[in-house]
Amino acid sequence: MCRASDLAIRTRRLRKVFSGKVAVRNLTLDVSRGEVFGFLGPNGAGKSTSIKMLLGLVFPTSGEAEILGRPAGDVKTRSKVGFLPEHFRFYDWLTSTELLKLHGRLYGMSHGMLRERVPALLDLVGLAPHPDKPLRDFSKGMLQRIGLAQALLNEPDLIFLDEPTSGLDPFGRRLVRDIIKAQRARGATVLLNSHLLGEVEITCDRVAFIRDGEVVETRQLNGESEEQITVSIRAVHVNAEVVDGLSQWTPSVRVDGERLTLTLSSNALLPEVVRYLVAKGADVYEVTPQRLSLEERFLQIVGSDGGL
Amino acid sequence: MGVWIMTGVTFREAARKKMLWMALAAGGAFLILFGTGLHFQAKDFAAHGMNPVLRREMSFAMLTMGLYAVDLLAVLLTILTSVDTLSGEIASGTIQAVATKPVPRWQVLVGKWFGFVGMLTAYIAIMVGGVNAVTYVTAGVTARHLIRGCLLMWMESLVLLSVTFAFATYFSTLTSGVLALGLHGLAFLGGWIEQFGALTQTQPAVSVGVVASVLMPSEALWRRAAFEMQSPLANAMRISPFSTLSVPSKAMVFYAALYLAIALVVAIRRFSQRDL
Repeated sequence: MCRASDLAIRTRRLRKVFSGKVAVRNLTLDVSRGEVFGFLGPNGAGKSTSIKMLLGLVFPTSGEAEILGRPAGDVKTRSKVGFLPEHFRFYDWLTSTELLKLHGRLYGMSHGMLRERVPALLDLVGLAPHPDKPLRDFSKGMLQRIGLAQALLNEPDLIFLDEPTSGLDPFGRRLVRDIIKAQRARGATVLLNSHLLGEVEITCDRVAFIRDGEVVETRQLNGESEEQITVSIRAVHVNAEVVDGLSQWTPSVRVDGERLTLTLSSNALLPEVVRYLVAKGADVYEVTPQRLSLEERFLQIVGSDGGL
Repeated sequence: MGVWIMTGVTFREAARKKMLWMALAAGGAFLILFGTGLHFQAKDFAAHGMNPVLRREMSFAMLTMGLYAVDLLAVLLTILTSVDTLSGEIASGTIQAVATKPVPRWQVLVGKWFGFVGMLTAYIAIMVGGVNAVTYVTAGVTARHLIRGCLLMWMESLVLLSVTFAFATYFSTLTSGVLALGLHGLAFLGGWIEQFGALTQTQPAVSVGVVASVLMPSEALWRRAAFEMQSPLANAMRISPFSTLSVPSKAMVFYAALYLAIALVVAIRRFSQRDL
């Protein structure tokens, strides 16, 4: 369990109701500092509303939310936060340089700082050849890139990226991945909301599956997993009594000839199960942990209706 | 600091989107038309050897008519240019990237408000000054209390601006525009009912006008401005359609100032507390 000061994001029973319609039911979430955290869920699961509550754009109906140790919406804390909205809209009569300077000034950055930072960011997002182009002449992908640059202006400690790869070609998606990696290396926390599960799987340290405004499951993507796994075991001399004995580790065992399929709450339990089987006289020929892919788990949680 | 950044952005937006230049171009065209009409009128008066007093009063009537047209243009400019700035940005989501910066929401709103105040101040000063300059050059008369009248017209625009902002924090662009124009229309109608009531000495009609001014004091400010600017004789004789038969009191001007402040506070409170 992390101390509150180690957390970049902390919510407890966060709830938002819009005109009688529940958008976020009960969001309890901890995101550690320095983590790249993925928010996954079907359309209408409450992901964007949750992000807006954390940023102080939407006021919660009940519950608590903190970012960087301060209540969500705290004006001073926003100087350490970057945000790329899901549909980044902007003053399209500005040029890319003017837009970044405007947002930089809203962050309280000096003209001197902006003189260095703005060209560097335009270069980072591949817009260096277009410093004076009005945004109304930008393509969708270019707008997404300038939005991303805007979210990184203040070298934030916490970055919210709501569908950052929307409208981007493969080069743009790779750019987003590289930027997220660079932010993690810098020690920043990134909350990534994306429908592209492949991107999330590559980029994130941990993900939360959200449905109906609740965290259904969190899953570690890098390093040792503490998540539930399904194991397929091929063994002989396994009688009904031995199968019953497996109930201490798993609520359900499927037996199909020599093959046992069981679900364990953690990978760490697997050696114990194997030791038990061998001790009971079973001959174990094969043990195959079957980790569900992010996409399979997503579909399992969302269901066939896609959350609609 | 956030206030001045947003003021600058709003002013720049008006200039970059050519709103300000188009308004000034239309205003320039109006001044040319007004000056041409006045020139031929003055020439005609001279040719017919019109009595100088009557000539002066006719010129004053033309001046008041010109100022009345400027007032109408300023009212429309105020509502039409400002109505989309909050509700439009809320609806499109443009406000999200701004409202998540370390700037309190009230500063965003007040900054935008000051931006429009700057634009309207320039417009009213140029147009009222222009109408007076044209009248002085062609007919030799200017408004009696020019600064006082100009300030009252400016205040009328500020009242409408604040009310439009307040509506825009609750409703969509279209609804806010309809409400702001509708409320001014109510005040306009109430003003005329009050005028006719005063002319026919029908007290209930005057009361209807006063109630309309309490609901929206914009038109009352124009009538006070007209009273301050036109000739004393026209005011006394009640000969012009722009004469103020029932002059809004100074208390009404103070009420309008209070109304303006309350509308702005309502806008700030609502904008600070609403979901974006």
